Amino acid sequence: MSFINDFLEKMKPAQKVQHVTCKKCSHEETAYNLYKNFYVCTECGYHFRLGARDRIELTFDKNSFHELFTGLTAKNFLEFPSYSEKLEKARATTKEEDAVVCGIANVGGTECAVFVMDSRFMMASMGSVVGEKITRTFEYATEHGLPVVGFTASGGARMQEGVISLMQMAKVSGAVKNHSDAGLLYITVLTDPTTGGVTASFAMQGDVILAEPKALVGFAGRRVVEQTTKSELPSNFQSAEFLLDHGFVDAIVPRSELRDTLAELLSIHKKK
Amino acid sequence: MDSYEKLKTARKNGRPTGGAYVREIFEFPIELHGDRRFGDDLAIMGGVAYIDKRPVTFLAMEKGTDLESRLKRNFGCPKPEGYRKALRLMKQAEKFGRPVVCFVDTLGAYPGADAEERGQGQAIAESIMEMMGLRTPVITVVIGEGGSGGALALASANKVFILENAVYSVISPEGCASILWKESTPENVAKAADCLHITADDMKEFGVAEAVIPEDFEKFPKMCKNLKNMLVAAIDELSAMSGDEIVEQRYQRFRSFGIYEEKAEKLFFHKKK
Repeated sequence: MSFINDFLEKMKPAQKVQHVTCKKCSHEETAYNLYKNFYVCTECGYHFRLGARDRIELTFDKNSFHELFTGLTAKNFLEFPSYSEKLEKARATTKEEDAVVCGIANVGGTECAVFVMDSRFMMASMGSVVGEKITRTFEYATEHGLPVVGFTASGGARMQEGVISLMQMAKVSGAVKNHSDAGLLYITVLTDPTTGGVTASFAMQGDVILAEPKALVGFAGRRVVEQTTKSELPSNFQSAEFLLDHGFVDAIVPRSELRDTLAELLSIHKKK
Repeated sequence: MDSYEKLKTARKNGRPTGGAYVREIFEFPIELHGDRRFGDDLAIMGGVAYIDKRPVTFLAMEKGTDLESRLKRNFGCPKPEGYRKALRLMKQAEKFGRPVVCFVDTLGAYPGADAEERGQGQAIAESIMEMMGLRTPVITVVIGEGGSGGALALASANKVFILENAVYSVISPEGCASILWKESTPENVAKAADCLHITADDMKEFGVAEAVIPEDFEKFPKMCKNLKNMLVAAIDELSAMSGDEIVEQRYQRFRSFGIYEEKAEKLFFHKKK
């Protein structure tokens, strides 16, 4: 676990003693203890949502991540009300250009193309930039014969870009299809929350679909389902565990074991 | 007509539904049922037929025309088994080398608990991905509502036509209004419909549809004759291409969608092993 120690070393002393409250069980602990436990609540096991950069540090081999496809930014081409302000605010709070970070990285020494969605950026909704960057990631991986590891998190298609954001679902799916037809491996890791148009496209197209414990994964929003069904839904509805029960994910992997699981899966699929 | 008027027109009772186009356009349609996995979803009807003597597979979302048939067809909101039936028939079309014609008319994929349990997201995801690789031509006509992913699952096509008062949207204007302004009052829905740009003309402008089909339901057979001619021309054009070319044309069609700013990225050369 040397990588987590590296990560902890970089924390500023003031950060280490900062108190963080679990949103599920209200348990309070120091940031240091929380981070040491992979941002997983030591009390109830709740997996805190992670920004893309933290996820990259926690998952990929040290210093192996090389970012690609930067410099793409969203445009409010429909002049959709308050979209420009929302983008500005999201850029300011996350310091990211949009809701996904892409590149290449190693996991346990195996090189792969990666994309990591960041739910802090407008709930990682998918507009033109997210669709384009993930498409380029798959095209790059196909060209260079690399597997793809993708972390999904999303509120769905970005309505502020209208039907163009809907089209991103088919655009990415086409690139996934080409990558798959080239005999290459695609692993998706479903993280909290993965919903709507992302669930209905590349989140569910992996050869192997992993999920973080208790992650919310579904197509329609819970409130809409409740209104449609007019009955109470089970408490685990649309959780990773619910999907596992119904046969839609391969395995639920706690964050502390994710790196080893990915490393083994990548190694098993290595071309001789 | 503004966007909201178009939305109401697209949803109007009495507007011809999927089955009417199938009966009017194709010769001797034979309906084929079931997804071979769970059941038969009547929100999507599918089968084989001739179009101007050419064999074709058809898929049509059907909302129903009276209360009884609307209930039977779940108001045209497909469940996973509907998309899996559609995919089965598309793969069958590919096997036998015939083109696929889809008619899209749905508020959206059914958002019920049973649909979630059976993997609504996965069913749509698989349909889109497999359509993108289909080595036979696919032409989709949006005849009423093109509701989000539930519509795209039958619209990842080589060419898309849209009726002049049909709409196509990433989210229902009601859904959009309730997210943005908490309440989906008619004023808010009208505003959302405007913001989302959902009309046939918008689709033509974005390149999301290749052609807008004039509506004339008074003279439905004549209107369908015109649509049929366009479908036959598109089928002949695409059928002249190889399987690889058909897939490539479709990929490039969707590859071009995306509006963003781009500054030059610093160069990076991948080390080839």
